[in-house]
Amino acid sequence: MTEPLRKPPRKNPQVRTVLPTLPPFSRSRKAMAFTAAAAEGRFVLQVCAECASATYPARELCPKCWSMHLEWRDADTGGRLISETTLRTSINTYFRERMPWRIGTVQLRAGPTVLAHIHGDVMRNDEVRMIARTDKSGQGVLMALPAKETPNMADDRQLRELTCDPKHRRVLVTDGRTELGQQTARALASAGASRIFVGIAEQWRPYPGSDDLAAVPGVEIMPLDVTDTISVNELAGEIGGKTDILVNTAEHVRPGGTLDRDGTLTARNEMETNYFGLLRLMQAFAPGMRARGADGDNSACAWVNLLSVYALANWPQFGTTSASHAAAYSLSHCLRGELAGSGVKVINILFGPLEESWRQSLPPPKVTPQKLAATIVDALRQGIESVALGPVAEDVVRRWKEDPAVLERELTQLQAGQAS
Amino acid sequence: MGKSGRTRQGYDGVVVTAPISVPYERYSPEPAHWWLARALSAMHDATKLGADDIDGLCVSSFTLFPDTAVGLTQHFGITPRWLDHVPTGGASGVVTLRRAARAVQCGDASVVACIAGDTNHVDSFRAMLTSFSRFSQDAGYPYGSGGPNGSFSLMTSYYMDRYAIAREDFGKLCVAQRDNALRYPHALMKKPLTLDQYLNARMIADPIALYDCVMPCAGAEAYLVMSEENAKSLGLPFAHVRSTIERHNAYPDDPVQIRGGWALDVDEFWAMAGMQPGQTDMLQTYDDYPVISVMQMEDLGFCEKGAAQAFIRANSFTVDGSFPHNTSGGQLSVGQAGAAGGFLGMVEAMRQLTGGAEKNAVPNARTAVVSGFGMINFDRGLCSGAALLEAGQ
Repeated sequence: MTEPLRKPPRKNPQVRTVLPTLPPFSRSRKAMAFTAAAAEGRFVLQVCAECASATYPARELCPKCWSMHLEWRDADTGGRLISETTLRTSINTYFRERMPWRIGTVQLRAGPTVLAHIHGDVMRNDEVRMIARTDKSGQGVLMALPAKETPNMADDRQLRELTCDPKHRRVLVTDGRTELGQQTARALASAGASRIFVGIAEQWRPYPGSDDLAAVPGVEIMPLDVTDTISVNELAGEIGGKTDILVNTAEHVRPGGTLDRDGTLTARNEMETNYFGLLRLMQAFAPGMRARGADGDNSACAWVNLLSVYALANWPQFGTTSASHAAAYSLSHCLRGELAGSGVKVINILFGPLEESWRQSLPPPKVTPQKLAATIVDALRQGIESVALGPVAEDVVRRWKEDPAVLERELTQLQAGQAS
Repeated sequence: MGKSGRTRQGYDGVVVTAPISVPYERYSPEPAHWWLARALSAMHDATKLGADDIDGLCVSSFTLFPDTAVGLTQHFGITPRWLDHVPTGGASGVVTLRRAARAVQCGDASVVACIAGDTNHVDSFRAMLTSFSRFSQDAGYPYGSGGPNGSFSLMTSYYMDRYAIAREDFGKLCVAQRDNALRYPHALMKKPLTLDQYLNARMIADPIALYDCVMPCAGAEAYLVMSEENAKSLGLPFAHVRSTIERHNAYPDDPVQIRGGWALDVDEFWAMAGMQPGQTDMLQTYDDYPVISVMQMEDLGFCEKGAAQAFIRANSFTVDGSFPHNTSGGQLSVGQAGAAGGFLGMVEAMRQLTGGAEKNAVPNARTAVVSGFGMINFDRGLCSGAALLEAGQ
């Protein structure tokens, strides 16, 4: 049974912060497809399109029928642990610092046997449920979990290396003026976050829900305006060394494309918040988080971006907003690259039309702030780096994966009712 | 018999000679080239053969990068008409023998030098594991980076789950090998090992403990393959090659390795030699962990599959025992010098059969079985092979 995680002790400032070390990060190009799926929380295997046999590790050729048509498909997550060991030495510094470490051989229901990390509640010959996740090096790995939920399961030492569980961690929510920001703070509190710093710009200006927000356990209201470099830097100076998770809820959104208005002011405002705001946060907070990626049970572990799914392909009805989200989406990949080696994950949640005032006229299905907040916590708990939220976002992402050029034409073609 | 239906041809007229072992060192600042050079130099001292006499070269090494056998020809001043570089690790002793013996038999070369060696810098073992194979890189190494300890612990654990065997049985093999090693001057392990010490050693990767694991080191091994007439005219004591087998990626659908390629070819192996398992005088297994020695005993027919416990308990494995095994101490007591580990048993068997063994000589030994096993590409060893040698008249 997993011991519940205790609240981490106050940090001793006289002791050197443990530097992040990494599990092995080299992979073949073929295996990167496994990593990309793991980042989405999916466990995929190569399956032969001709003889239907599943194969592992990643190959170029089906070893059963020599077909080249191996396709990555979502795999049955069931299996049985048929051999296991507890490693007590390792030549890799990351594992050496985390000994003892359990690994085992799992006979998958999908066919192949795989090597996997093993959850502490899984015993030899147990049925297991496989998950694929990115590890601290950002590469996809497999872990065998108990087939059924066990007490304090998420607190397993090895599992927590793959997840970004907010339990006992300190989180910055960058904008608490919106219902989204407030719901996010509540969801994090329910998930056991020890402190929730909530940024509010221009605190003298009243906003709905302020009293309720201040009453959420662990919430501390902090001055923060992501469009103001000084404000961002000042807050980082105060809490940058104890920000374990950053959730960027700040967004500036206005309907319309470029022909609906004169000048660049609206587009500039969108960029100031959605792009430069992210950039300021990165410059102020990412260096501290990068250094604290292995800082105990409340190490820095995740940076969460909330982005419109139209970051992937422009939707002219929200044309300039889409462009600012595209810029932010691109910058998030820069951040991922710059945080690589720290163990801090960059989580992008691509959402469909949100239930909020500036998107009021859009038809359903829409994503409620409450649902988005719950999804943030779920992604953190599971350590998933890429989520499409809501039917619209799922649809757009699916089309984008199939063919981004076709999606681009679909989004920009004349709609029924538009003048020809 | 292979699928073509043709039977294996014998190695009539081909012999092996000049077993050379360069004493191992735990760590060495020298490159692999230096170790291989020392083996050739020692071979020259022993046989008086030089660069002009060698027209075939067969090399096995992990740490020779950026070179292969090709670069060594210029480095060592050899102009061979036959060249091979064998990447089969622990099976390289058997595999080089097979390659070289056919070359000599068919006239592609007259004298083939088979050499294997590796260095061991302070950090080179880690560097080698990091880039060992694509499958290991993608699907093995990221899981704890236990290296071979991790892989063999899973195999040992699975084997122990399935068959009657105890740690004491593995320990008996290790203790006997240490006993043999104390009679072999070049073993890195110089102290006796008791069964208690074996059983109480610290765990490395359960159920594998300290004395189940080889110690990586630097070293080199070498031998020559030539015609019988040639050996006689040079006055070199030799051994005949009576039978060999080789197999790669056997039983790929076994979920965890509990047998190796020997089991596929064992009948042909003994038929080609015209002998039975009980008739040979010693066995040299590839022994980076005792479980794999046990599999070789089973799969080569010395006992039934799963009956190793009774076999181990019924025999003694020292050089003067009922079943002499790894007579120089094996890798577990001599050390594992990279690819030279695949040569260790082969060269030791040649020494035993050509009168070169001293305090660890098996009395009146005429025949030896040498087995090889190598390359944990992902979750199991892919290469296996065996050879039966018989002392020359």
